Amino acid sequence: MARFLLRRLGLALPALWLVSVLIFALAEIVPGDVARTILGPYATPDQVAALRHQLGADQPVPVRYAAWLGGFVIGRWGDSMVLHRPVRPFVLARLGNSLTLALIALVCVIPISLGLGVVAGLNEDHPVDTAISLIGLSLTAIPEFVSGVIVLVVFGVQLRWFPIIAQPPPAAGLGERIHDLLLPSIPLMLVLFGYIARMARAGMVEVMASAYIRTAVLKGLPLRYVILKHALRNALLPTITVIGSQVGWLVGGLVVVETLFTYPGLGKLIYDSAVGHDVPVLEATALLVAAIFMLSNLGADLLVALLNPRVRYSD
Amino acid sequence: MAVAGTPAGDVDAAPRRVAGRPVLGRLLRNAAFLAGGAVVAFWVFAALEWRVISPYDPFAVGPLHPLAPPSSVHWLGTDDLGRDVLSRVLAGAAPVLAIAPMATLLSLLGGTTIGLVAGYYRGLLDDVLMRLVDAVMSLPVIIPATVVLALVGRSAVNVILAVAVLFSPLVARTVRSAVLVEREREYVDAARLRGDRGLFIMFFEILPNVTSPLIVEGTVRLGYAVFTAGTLSFLQLGIQPPSPDWGLTVALERAFVQIAPWTVLAPALALASLVIGVNLAADGVRRALAE
Repeated sequence: MARFLLRRLGLALPALWLVSVLIFALAEIVPGDVARTILGPYATPDQVAALRHQLGADQPVPVRYAAWLGGFVIGRWGDSMVLHRPVRPFVLARLGNSLTLALIALVCVIPISLGLGVVAGLNEDHPVDTAISLIGLSLTAIPEFVSGVIVLVVFGVQLRWFPIIAQPPPAAGLGERIHDLLLPSIPLMLVLFGYIARMARAGMVEVMASAYIRTAVLKGLPLRYVILKHALRNALLPTITVIGSQVGWLVGGLVVVETLFTYPGLGKLIYDSAVGHDVPVLEATALLVAAIFMLSNLGADLLVALLNPRVRYSD
Repeated sequence: MAVAGTPAGDVDAAPRRVAGRPVLGRLLRNAAFLAGGAVVAFWVFAALEWRVISPYDPFAVGPLHPLAPPSSVHWLGTDDLGRDVLSRVLAGAAPVLAIAPMATLLSLLGGTTIGLVAGYYRGLLDDVLMRLVDAVMSLPVIIPATVVLALVGRSAVNVILAVAVLFSPLVARTVRSAVLVEREREYVDAARLRGDRGLFIMFFEILPNVTSPLIVEGTVRLGYAVFTAGTLSFLQLGIQPPSPDWGLTVALERAFVQIAPWTVLAPALALASLVIGVNLAADGVRRALAE
């Protein structure tokens, strides 16, 4: 198990490093000079040069890259160029907000999509299956901002069940918080639903056609027992991997949903810092997102390995 | 399988040639494909002929009647500048139907080249290319696209390039796995013994034999390209006002959602119908080629 974990980390860490190089390289091409951006158009060239030196912006690129990456690892994420305050506390606060939103979406969508996917798989090629598959395919294809704006108009504007801006007050209790965040989480759920249901269906179809299930049925076990005890465990393994990778994709959806509902989360922060050319915030946020993405994939792999000894012991 | 009417002697000679017609037949019997195709055809028609079919000029502002609700004069109402929403929705099909197919085409070109080279030559080149593909594929597309477009510049052309670059690794992976099977076939050995060059073998011997997975990949990518291009428009990272682009319109009219929901609902539903149409059609193509 330890070897399995080490090998997975050995794959994930170089990928994360590559992403950090990409992020840094992208930030390098931002037009304009850091010191000039901070000091504004009226600063003298001497002042600009002094600040450049103070920020280390006059150092060679590899030195600055090493300093940035080292700083990120030990938790020194620099100061925002727009807000003039340390990056880390408010990035972490935003992360908390986004995790809450993502968690609500996942907690709701995973049981529903697994359940319907399994139902579709058990009724292969029947109208139930066709309906679930087609609806899933269609919902997954719709961009988050489209489904978001539709639920916004229906449930926020017409029915007035939910607020159209998702900014629960700091003192809000858990119930109120969840209520305010339900609307923004729906578009995320709709996109995830199709993926997860499709995987669950495919897994179920494959397992139900296998020899050991036929044996279980033929030896007279009740169908419910066969499905719950024998089929589900194997059928849902590939789905767990998909859910793990979807958690990362969720971040892309968060950018859209948080912008649409003006929710102060990590996705909106990436967008705002990219558009506002706030390089320190952008670098920290993007690397954080990449790390979360790798971790969720790693977590899914681990879960699969725990549930399936074949993965654990094979190379 | 031989098709009725094909002389028996031809079956072995050209089994791939005759596959064309039954695929088309299967497509035309698939209700989901027909429905999706009809929706897509409608929007393509709107994108080409909006100047003829739209009741008003989509760019003409009407200061006297901003945010007017749907009526017999303006079927879908007017937006914050008094422009006719129906006309703008019809004209708004044009940007997305130019950007998404262009991006898909470029990603198919780039991805096919990478996939052919990696799959045919194997070795170190293959390893390096596939690690790069893995790195790009591990990113949630919207994030790198947002960062690049915000830093490099926002325009429709940059959206096409960004989507093409981010999608080509997925195409490359599909093509490569098909090439890995084909390169072991005897016709490739024959071409090599004949002294054909690598490039010729890749593009004129192997490529024609991997068209099926390539077509499926292309139609699926097109659906995702519409999704991504629409989303980037919504984030205002692509085409700029006063374009009637659907994503851009939703972003700009979001401020008036409480008093004039029709301004955001019409372009949102239009884009929803287009993506569902493209995906139903893509699913039909995939099924028809798989049978």
